[in-house]
Amino acid sequence: MGITFRKETFRDDYTFRNSPDHIRRFPFPFNEDSYMYAVNIEPHVVGPKGSVLENLIDVDEHYVAEMQDRALVLAEDPLRCQSLPHMTLAGWDLLELLMEQQALGYPEHFTLTRDGDRWRWINRPLGIDDTFTFGDTSTLPYGPMEYITRQSQGDFCILDQRDGNLWMDAGMVTTQADWSLDFDIGMNFFEWHAPVPLAHEKGIFIRALKFLTNIQQGKPARRLNWTMTINPRLDTSPENYHKWGPDRATVTPENVGQKVHLRVELQSFWRLPRSNGIVFPIRCYLIKMDELVTQPKWARRLHRVIRDLPEELATYKGLTRYRPTLIEWLSKLDDGSPTSPGFGPD
Amino acid sequence: MSTGTTKLDVVVSDVVPVNELVTRFHFRRRDGELLPTFSGGAHVVVEMRDGNRTRLNPYSLMGSPLDTREYTISVRRDDIGRGGSLFMHRSVHAGLEMVISYPVNLFSLDLRAKKHLMLAGGIGITPFMAQTAQLAGSGGNFELHYTCRTASLGTYADLLQQRYGRRVRLYHDDRNERVDLDRLLSSQPLGTHLYVCGPAGMINWVRDRAAVLGWPSETVHFEHFAAPQPGAPFDVTLAVSGKTIRVGEQQSLLEAIEAAGVDPPYLCRGGVCGQCETNVISYDGKFIHNDHWLSEEDHRSGCKIMPCVSRFEGKSLVLER
Repeated sequence: MGITFRKETFRDDYTFRNSPDHIRRFPFPFNEDSYMYAVNIEPHVVGPKGSVLENLIDVDEHYVAEMQDRALVLAEDPLRCQSLPHMTLAGWDLLELLMEQQALGYPEHFTLTRDGDRWRWINRPLGIDDTFTFGDTSTLPYGPMEYITRQSQGDFCILDQRDGNLWMDAGMVTTQADWSLDFDIGMNFFEWHAPVPLAHEKGIFIRALKFLTNIQQGKPARRLNWTMTINPRLDTSPENYHKWGPDRATVTPENVGQKVHLRVELQSFWRLPRSNGIVFPIRCYLIKMDELVTQPKWARRLHRVIRDLPEELATYKGLTRYRPTLIEWLSKLDDGSPTSPGFGPD
Repeated sequence: MSTGTTKLDVVVSDVVPVNELVTRFHFRRRDGELLPTFSGGAHVVVEMRDGNRTRLNPYSLMGSPLDTREYTISVRRDDIGRGGSLFMHRSVHAGLEMVISYPVNLFSLDLRAKKHLMLAGGIGITPFMAQTAQLAGSGGNFELHYTCRTASLGTYADLLQQRYGRRVRLYHDDRNERVDLDRLLSSQPLGTHLYVCGPAGMINWVRDRAAVLGWPSETVHFEHFAAPQPGAPFDVTLAVSGKTIRVGEQQSLLEAIEAAGVDPPYLCRGGVCGQCETNVISYDGKFIHNDHWLSEEDHRSGCKIMPCVSRFEGKSLVLER
């Protein structure tokens, strides 16, 4: 049993694919035929077997390849992982959370054994077997946050809570949709959301901050966010814009199905017990249009969502350049029939 | 009630009288597992089944966050209060099964501080018991100034001096010992954060002097859980649930809403966390706002109320609940 980890790349030859099972478990983010911001936050509780919510920290067939890609990004640019000095304790909190959740969800792949402060961590997919002293940074090859997030899918922002605000004071961010930890580090919630259009006017951030600062230990929350990426590239950072930005001009009616990917972020929010910080894992899922449209409901609905998206949002999400080509391609798969309620495929 | 935090099933493992006013309670998990990790300054809400009434009072965790085999709280008996502390003192005994909330921290250490300067008054010492244990465990720099009425009411003063020696300074009211606050605040190294927990008068005094002496507000932390104040009974209409309820003399508005079967969110039940904030639809009368959450503008507007600690006097009040 266990997961069969794919050998694949997120750069150069782009061999990334989703297996048929993984297409069906893709976290499609639209539950109706249109999209607008909402404070779409809900309790992060375990969902149906076989879904990405089967475990609160999801490990899937892309795990090994994603961790290899992360190592490549870090080798080129160590600033993708930063932690201000007061955040080390929160790093230990995160290490505990991720080790516990991965070992709980995937015992065939991960094992955590504790004897007081003496911990042993076995990560079979990556061939790691380390014993260390919890709380003693000198017993690990990296700081606690870097150590565990080199072994966990998704980006991680660790937020310090003070003065009624959240501050992005630590993080491991290598698979982001065009934002930069190095730019945002030390900013508060309103500062790092400043570029988002429309939502400020709606008071969404004030309500969201209030919700987040009240997140309680033992009661994590989650939301979905989405954008699109050309080619299955995990690292779409501002630092590397020169590599991925021009791809947006390469979409043609012939290659839409292969090149255009829906990029969904499953964001969850957890109160960390020792530091009283909040960790915000941003788990990125990619699916190419050819894979997505194997589910007719998703094809019809995505057509309507992209077609009717407000201009400001399309611009913010960087879709402008290829949006007409995508809409034209998707329109051929929309027979006009109604879509069923809910996110899942029919 | 399910809208606070996740709940923990515990058993009272020990009840220890500390002095003539204070008793310490120890809790362990009924299933024998470790309790959740917490951070210094956190509190739990203890559910008390007092006859057909459920009381919910917050108490700071005072054990070391490094040891979660048990939680400990200290309760000061208040003979003229609403009865929660009396219930704890009179009716809670070792072996009793109780329900408490997960820890919530509204008085967290600012881990950026180069030094933590702590001022405690009376039973306000409890969050500092955990914070000093946490800091001592990680080599943090702290100094604690603790004011109590008499030496015998200096709850855990001996223990603290034993543990931390000169980092703890005691002041006894009956010996006319006073904190020389201005001097203390003026002599701190840059990067010091100030924490104060105690009676409202003390908190206000410390915050005022710190402001006058130029301490940035983000370096001044305080915890004051206002206990709900008794007052004249009043009637409230809950528009969403379509109920009209009476708030008794000794009951808080939040408790009356809960007693009516409505399940509003809460965390601190002391007017500081903001969770139970409720919109006012209409009113004819006067609010008695006792909270530390809403702004003065909110108080003046008549549009919002914190039902955990605030009351109302007048003809009619309609809330969005």
